Amino acid sequence: MDMQEFTLGVMIAVFEEMFGRTLFWTMTGVAAAITAAWIFVLIRDRHVSWRKFLLAQLSMPVGAVAAVWFVLARTGSGLRHMGGPIDWLVMLGVAAAGAVGLALLVYVVQSLIWRPRASAPQRAPTAPGKETRTQVLTGA
Amino acid sequence: MGGKHSLGMSRRGFMTMATGGAVALAASGGQSAAQPVRSNARIVIMGAGAGGASMANRLVRRLEGAQITVIDGRAEHWYQPGFTLIGAGLRPAGYAVTKTTDWLPQGIDFIADYVTEIDPDAHRVTTRGGQRIDYDYLIVASGTVLDWDAIEGFDMALVGPEHGISAHYASPEIAELSARALDRFTDMGGVGLFGRPATELKCAGAPVKMCFLAEDMADRKGTRERAQFIFNAQTDNLFGLGVVHHRVRQFMEERDIGYRFSHVLKAIDPATKVATFATPQGDVRTDYDFINVVPPQRAAPAIREAGLSDPERWVDQGWLHVDRNTLRHMRYPNIFGLGDINGVPRGKTAASVKWHLPVVEDHLIADMQGLEGTRQFCGYTSCPLITRVGRALLVEFNFTENLHQSFPGIVSPLEELWISWAMKVFALRPT
Ligand SMILES: Cc1cc2nc3c(=O)[nH]c(=O)nc-3n(C[C@H](O)[C@H](O)[C@H](O)COP(=O)(O)OP(=O)(O)OC[C@H]3O[C@@H](n4cnc5c(N)ncnc54)[C@H](O)[C@@H]3O)c2cc1C
Repeated sequence: MDMQEFTLGVMIAVFEEMFGRTLFWTMTGVAAAITAAWIFVLIRDRHVSWRKFLLAQLSMPVGAVAAVWFVLARTGSGLRHMGGPIDWLVMLGVAAAGAVGLALLVYVVQSLIWRPRASAPQRAPTAPGKETRTQVLTGA
Repeated sequence: MGGKHSLGMSRRGFMTMATGGAVALAASGGQSAAQPVRSNARIVIMGAGAGGASMANRLVRRLEGAQITVIDGRAEHWYQPGFTLIGAGLRPAGYAVTKTTDWLPQGIDFIADYVTEIDPDAHRVTTRGGQRIDYDYLIVASGTVLDWDAIEGFDMALVGPEHGISAHYASPEIAELSARALDRFTDMGGVGLFGRPATELKCAGAPVKMCFLAEDMADRKGTRERAQFIFNAQTDNLFGLGVVHHRVRQFMEERDIGYRFSHVLKAIDPATKVATFATPQGDVRTDYDFINVVPPQRAAPAIREAGLSDPERWVDQGWLHVDRNTLRHMRYPNIFGLGDINGVPRGKTAASVKWHLPVVEDHLIADMQGLEGTRQFCGYTSCPLITRVGRALLVEFNFTENLHQSFPGIVSPLEELWISWAMKVFALRPT
């Protein structure tokens, strides 16, 4: 009777409880929208812009701190309550999620504001798909 | 979450899962989608709390043609593990309240009344309103009855800041008044008394949690210097499990919380704010500014009067006389016990209910088919022992008195963890 019984439905219910239903589903919706928008700009631009990724990466610490702060506020606790390795690991996970989430958002916003023109031509000719994928991985 | 849940159905499903204890124990409600069993048996479930409501849902899924009647006079369904949070001012009363009927499935009969008489030989129960219901199987899930009258001088109307009385076991509303009493005490300081009764009680860790939460609150408010905390244990330990007792003792010593063994609250005098404790050396009187009263707990009178209680153990309490592994009545094989009512060592937690459910279901349905059930209850009990707002120990154990670990190597039962707190506060109610 252990963790294998942790079903998706239960997870959802737990998160709903943690954030409240409206907030949880709003956040899920926003996260899904950002991810979709990001995939959209990648397909549209057919490459990853390093310049945009740089700014996106710079926003990561902000996203990490904001996510940790948010979860602690929702659980009525503080960093002084972190008691053992699992607590820190969970917080790292939260921080990572916040960092990636905000980075994607920043990237998407830039892409939607500035249509690629300046950077697009140099890259367009050779195997854009492949290049994009490797750059995405190093970037994130 | 106030009103109805959009996941209405699935939420009912969750009820059959862990209502407490480790989240990990969540899903055996996701029952094997076995063929429904055909039966025209009449099944009566007495009590629609954590156990009874879940059982009704499980049986509706497993049986076809059976006539299931659920009897419970309380229109509100209470999520009692939430009472600790309400009593500490961390949640409003509404947090623990839903409607009983929200949790019951379609296709059953619900009688909004209490059982006042059980005739186990005639297989019949009678309600307070005089309605008689015959049964082939009876599932007793009536929980514990709180014996407030056993505390001389206590009156529910006194609960609140004015008299410094807290009684968070009573109901969500009373728990909220208790929170106001605690708030006042942690503002003003003085002597705070905590403790547990000499009977078995649901969530035996709850009185300790309230004590820890109170101390933490005074600490946060900066009034700790002015406040004194005394925990009164009914016997010579602070928790039934030795290893946990020592851990709790250590926390209390580190946090300068006093504790006394073999002090059982018997009376309070609200006018002079003096509490009287029965001790082996005679009565001891202690002045207080705040007192958390947790009363003795017993089986519903109907059970005791029907002679269904364990004749040897807990005779003053009357818990249902069941086999500790099959949860089947020792003398009446068509009666089963579910939840707090069972006369088994330990196990009066919502988390244990979750482990009772598949056992009772198995033996009941096997019996209908002329078979023997095989599942056994191991004594699983779980008590997320809150030590501060933000920290808890995820204590789980069973009949063997060994610690049980749902997340071995990840969540240590004796370590104060934030994740254990987060589970207690967020994962238990939905599951
Ligand atoms: C303050 C507090 C803190 C707790 N904390 C935790 C925790 O952290 N973790 C945990 O796992 N558990 C906790 N519990 C325990 C948990 O709430 C119970 O173990 C659980 O509710 C037991 O379920 P049950 O179905 O046996 O009884 P209940 O849920 O109490 O339901 C019993 C039902 O029977 C009905 N009834 C009573 N008499 C009759 C009658 N004569 N006829 C018909 N119906 C009747 C009642 O109205 C009630 O609805 C806590 C309890 C309290 C009070």
